[in-house]
Amino acid sequence: MTVRDALPSPLPTSTLGTIARRVARLPFAVSLATLWLALMVVVALGADLLLPYSITAFDLKARLAPPILFGGTIAHPLGTDELGRDVFSRLIMSIRMSLLIALFGTLIATTLGTALGILAAHFRRYVETMILMAIDFQASMPFMIIALSVLAFFGNSLPLFIGLMGFHSWERYARITRGLTLAANEQGYASAVRQLGAGPGRIYGLHILPNIASTLIVSMTLTFPEIILLESGLSYLGLGVQPPLTSLGNMVGYGREYVTRAPWIMLAPATVIVLTTFSISLLGDWLRDKLDPTLR
Amino acid sequence: MTHALLEAADLRRHYKVRAGRGPFSAKATLRAVDGVSLKIEAGRTLGLVGESGCGKSTTGKLVLGLIPTTAGTVRYAGNDMPPAGSTAWRALRPRMQMVYQDPLGALDRRLPVGVQIMEPLAIHGQASLAERRERAAEVMTAVGLQRHQFDRYPHELSGGQRQRVVLARALMTEPDLLVCDEPISALDVSIQAQVVNLLLDLQERMGIAYLFISHDLRVVRQVSHEVAVMYLGRIVEQGEAESLFAQPAHPYTRALISAIPVLGPRRKRLLLQGDPPNPVDVPSGCAFHTRCPFAVAQCRAQTPVLRPLADGRQVACHRVDEPALQVAA
Repeated sequence: MTVRDALPSPLPTSTLGTIARRVARLPFAVSLATLWLALMVVVALGADLLLPYSITAFDLKARLAPPILFGGTIAHPLGTDELGRDVFSRLIMSIRMSLLIALFGTLIATTLGTALGILAAHFRRYVETMILMAIDFQASMPFMIIALSVLAFFGNSLPLFIGLMGFHSWERYARITRGLTLAANEQGYASAVRQLGAGPGRIYGLHILPNIASTLIVSMTLTFPEIILLESGLSYLGLGVQPPLTSLGNMVGYGREYVTRAPWIMLAPATVIVLTTFSISLLGDWLRDKLDPTLR
Repeated sequence: MTHALLEAADLRRHYKVRAGRGPFSAKATLRAVDGVSLKIEAGRTLGLVGESGCGKSTTGKLVLGLIPTTAGTVRYAGNDMPPAGSTAWRALRPRMQMVYQDPLGALDRRLPVGVQIMEPLAIHGQASLAERRERAAEVMTAVGLQRHQFDRYPHELSGGQRQRVVLARALMTEPDLLVCDEPISALDVSIQAQVVNLLLDLQERMGIAYLFISHDLRVVRQVSHEVAVMYLGRIVEQGEAESLFAQPAHPYTRALISAIPVLGPRRKRLLLQGDPPNPVDVPSGCAFHTRCPFAVAQCRAQTPVLRPLADGRQVACHRVDEPALQVAA
């Protein structure tokens, strides 16, 4: 990391003013996406402080109450569900849970896939064959089936579930990374640094990885929403996040039964899913361009 | 006991290739480098010339130990070259460096050039960060780059500046040997002259030895003390630059030199017919006999070896002593 440290004259220390000026320079859509994601992160982190009600508190007198603009009251701004639980409170907890699962799932998948891809490209021969076999195995099995069997055998706990989500799409990263690393190894800059006497750590960590990162980042912005949706699917089947915990997918699955009578139960989490995944895609696209100095 | 800085003996590098198309075609051997011996003394320049695909660049990589040899030995300062990637090999890197034909390709486009210039010192853990920066600034000045270009990215520089960056990176560890693989062929003519002058200047000041690989004979003549001419993986003529260029002995060298454009009246040129043969299927005997205007039966049957001439030059040609050949030139 010494080379990074050597970057001359770091930018002036970030104060609130400089941050505000930078945000103002972003494209409009990207600033909206950033604001939305910032809001999501704040909500996820501060969920305990923001909750108006406990997510398991029943209000049996106000069952299936509509949201505030549809004839509801300020007591339940997003309405209530069939048991009289506050949708707004459940949404807040769901955002925290889903972001947690998707974030760690994506990070695990990226780390695992990238590491295996680099190993395959570095060692070639047996190592590569084994890793490619694992990739093909994973790619040829519907992930839902793997997930179902793992959850059926090992029971459900949150860490296990997050780890399982991390196994989703690692093979995509492994494939991308292996291909890009093989190509990069043939390029001049990698062989030039190798010729300077650099070890594999420096070649991969400092040169090849930053050069292929843009593709991986775009891939991450695809995986993140996918994991949210996968989690929704599994939760709907009753194998995902278990009550009393709640997640966006869990809420959608539950709200599906009331979609004609009380659509807000489903629409609230569905809107959050759509906006969040869309924001991440936008931001990822913009980030990829920003990370490439030749496109500045 | 004195050793030459770099000594390569009977270097061979063969590649297994498929002779035809399709997955079941026969295998063949491509002899990219087939028995090259050379010696570079400290502070001297050996020019390596030849057509495209004759094995010049492969030879350059072999002498640096970047790729393993099929046969033959490389000795640096009297010691055998360790296998590529080993700790000993890596520890030897500061002593010998390479300058590339394509400077943009040889630089990481995501890092400012200053960081890349400092990288050799960072890799080998030499000097503190402040010292590295200072040294980088010195070297940048030495190769004619300006301080403010430290923070630039490779794509923001011109071709000549990029080549200077590559050169600066190679010079950071004060190497004894630079392998320059067509260092100027990607540059404008005006920049070529600058880089060549820079190389000569650096040699004078720092006593660096060069293996200068090029197909530009005029430049080779200008920078080299000694010149080796390669044809299909073999050296066909080797000797002092001045005498070799003034009186080329091998027909191939003669053809190359007569192809240099010069001002003045038209002179008789020795023109070669056809392309160099396929290196997978090297002609029998002297590899050059298919294009040589002086070839006789012996050339087709027997491979000539390098023999010393009276002036110390080495030539691989059966007919080099024959007066008929001298007249024909």
